[in-house]
Amino acid sequence: MGRFFTFSVSRWLGILIKEFLQLKRDRLTFAMIVGIPVVQLLLFGFAINTDPRHMPTAVVMADPGPFARAYLAAMQNSSYFDLVGSVDAREADALLDEGRVRFVITFPAGFHRDLARGKSPPLLVEADATDPMAMSGALSVLAHLGTSVFAPDLPGLARARPPPIDLRVHRRYNPEGLTTYNIVPGIMGVILTMTLVLMTGLAMTRERERGTFECLLATPATPLEVLIGKIIPYIIIGLLQVTLILAASRWIFGIPVRGSLPLLYVMVLLFICANLMLGITISSLARNQLQSMQMTIFFFLPSILLSGFMFPFQAMPGWAQAIGNALPLTHFLLIVRGILLKGSGLGLLWPHIWPLLLFTAVALAAGLKTYRQTLD
Amino acid sequence: MAAPLVIDVSGLNKHFGHRHVVKNLALQVREGEIFGFLGPNGSGKTTSIRMLCGLLTPDSGQGACLGLDVLKDSARIKSQVGYMTQRFSLWDDLSIEENLDFIARMFSVAHRRQAVARTLEELGLAARRRQLAGTLSGGWKQRLALASCLLHRPKLLLLDEPTAGVDPQARRDFWEEIHRLSAAGITVLVSTHYMDEAERCHRLAWLSAGQLLACGTAEEIIDGLCLNTWEISARQDDGIARHALPDFADKLRQLPSVDMVASFGATLHVSGRNAEVLKTGLEAVLAGSALQMRPVPPSLEDAFIRLMQGSPLHAPQGGGD
Repeated sequence: MGRFFTFSVSRWLGILIKEFLQLKRDRLTFAMIVGIPVVQLLLFGFAINTDPRHMPTAVVMADPGPFARAYLAAMQNSSYFDLVGSVDAREADALLDEGRVRFVITFPAGFHRDLARGKSPPLLVEADATDPMAMSGALSVLAHLGTSVFAPDLPGLARARPPPIDLRVHRRYNPEGLTTYNIVPGIMGVILTMTLVLMTGLAMTRERERGTFECLLATPATPLEVLIGKIIPYIIIGLLQVTLILAASRWIFGIPVRGSLPLLYVMVLLFICANLMLGITISSLARNQLQSMQMTIFFFLPSILLSGFMFPFQAMPGWAQAIGNALPLTHFLLIVRGILLKGSGLGLLWPHIWPLLLFTAVALAAGLKTYRQTLD
Repeated sequence: MAAPLVIDVSGLNKHFGHRHVVKNLALQVREGEIFGFLGPNGSGKTTSIRMLCGLLTPDSGQGACLGLDVLKDSARIKSQVGYMTQRFSLWDDLSIEENLDFIARMFSVAHRRQAVARTLEELGLAARRRQLAGTLSGGWKQRLALASCLLHRPKLLLLDEPTAGVDPQARRDFWEEIHRLSAAGITVLVSTHYMDEAERCHRLAWLSAGQLLACGTAEEIIDGLCLNTWEISARQDDGIARHALPDFADKLRQLPSVDMVASFGATLHVSGRNAEVLKTGLEAVLAGSALQMRPVPPSLEDAFIRLMQGSPLHAPQGGGD
């Protein structure tokens, strides 16, 4: 067992150099590694438009007064809403259910009168929140309209407290409402998980399939030297990907970095290590590259579905949350959002850091344990 | 004064699932010897070699390789053994030089750069140093593989069918190299299918279905089988008689005294264990035909064809138990 942990820097360096040379020769893989983050970010980033306009909107008009008409006209002018017509409440529900409209605006009875008296009448907005990012821009416009539309007609009320109307938003179908900036940190985590687990997952099985593993095994190289030597190139690749994604999210999508950038990179490094260790373990377990791909997907799907990337974490049942908590992506998403959007520091993030550390340690131990030093 | 034993193992067993691929293997190889490992495909040659260099763990057995325990010291054995795999197992996407450099690093070779440069020179690979290993022809791949085995100056070379798929000239060069190495005191254990290569070895072992059936020098193995061989050929260069040889061979196989009939060009080699019965039997069949017979010393090939036909009725000589 003593030899198990022998570590020769020169041998480790040899493996490292070999991995880099092989990576350099494998142009397609290299192009994918750089291309995947950029393409995915652009695809998702723009396809999942964070500020869509001209969303079909139905109106339930219980009090067709001039204020309501003015408000509707202003909504139309904001270009966020396309009014499809006036309906009754039941029809409005059906339209929303069928996805024919994204918003239903209900002007209650007495809207005009209450507004004129400064009683801040309620304005009910029902929004289809299945795609929460789609509504946020429109909703913020609605709130703003309340003040600006009525100000010229009600000079006394413009500065009044409470505001002229009481905007009540019902987020239908997805009461959580994910934030606008969810998508980019999410994509960062997903891309790292996908490419790194897959690449390292193939690292050892490729040697095994090509028969070169026998040659490697016939040398005195120890498991630790091989594993760490194989991992380093991918750590660098991971950091490169993150830099690309961060640059794109900053300059293309205008997402701020409120927290410490060095801290973010340290966290990214930790997350990369967690994924690489898992990849190496998969690599040692799998008999061939196909098996390794299957195992990667087996890990990748819950990472996407249960980590809070795709569905709100708190909305999931307890058992699903338990699975999600065991996945590094879950914690990484919270860490990245914390640093990027809230400017959180190390102390606040600790509850999500130790699970990552634990995962990395367990995966490394599993990788070393499953690394077969013989061809048995 | 016999040279010290480099390989001395006994009772080695290996199972793959329910298949018992190596059965109670006992092997002794002396320093500086070229030891040939023969046997049909699937007879356990590769498995035995892998057990010797620590790539496979024997299920049972004991012994030493280079004075180190084959079960416990496989790591230290590896650093003193050059193992050439049956299939080319260097990296296709690395150049010749990069492959050698990598192997040199793995074995912590002293003065690595010089060692790699010297090896490239010695094997005549210097001009092709930047060529990717995957684009080399079979003969060059073999030279590269051998070069990579020699980088760390091993005391023992384990070569698993090193010349499979290599042209005769390259094979010949290869064996010259092996003899040079052997003269320099390196022990070589080599598996092969070729009889001419078997004859170039100092000692041989014959493995069949995981069992060592014969072990010794070529003469010892031939003598141990107690074969009497007759060569049957046409009396004159008679085309008709020559064309009749295959049919005649079938007829001879029916004789109870005949163990083996093999065609060698325009002649047949017929072997059997009982000299008298074989002779009278053959004379009876040949009587009146255009064929003649004469006794010849059995060749190694005769011996191996005999061995390949099934387990011998005689106990194997020299080793095996």
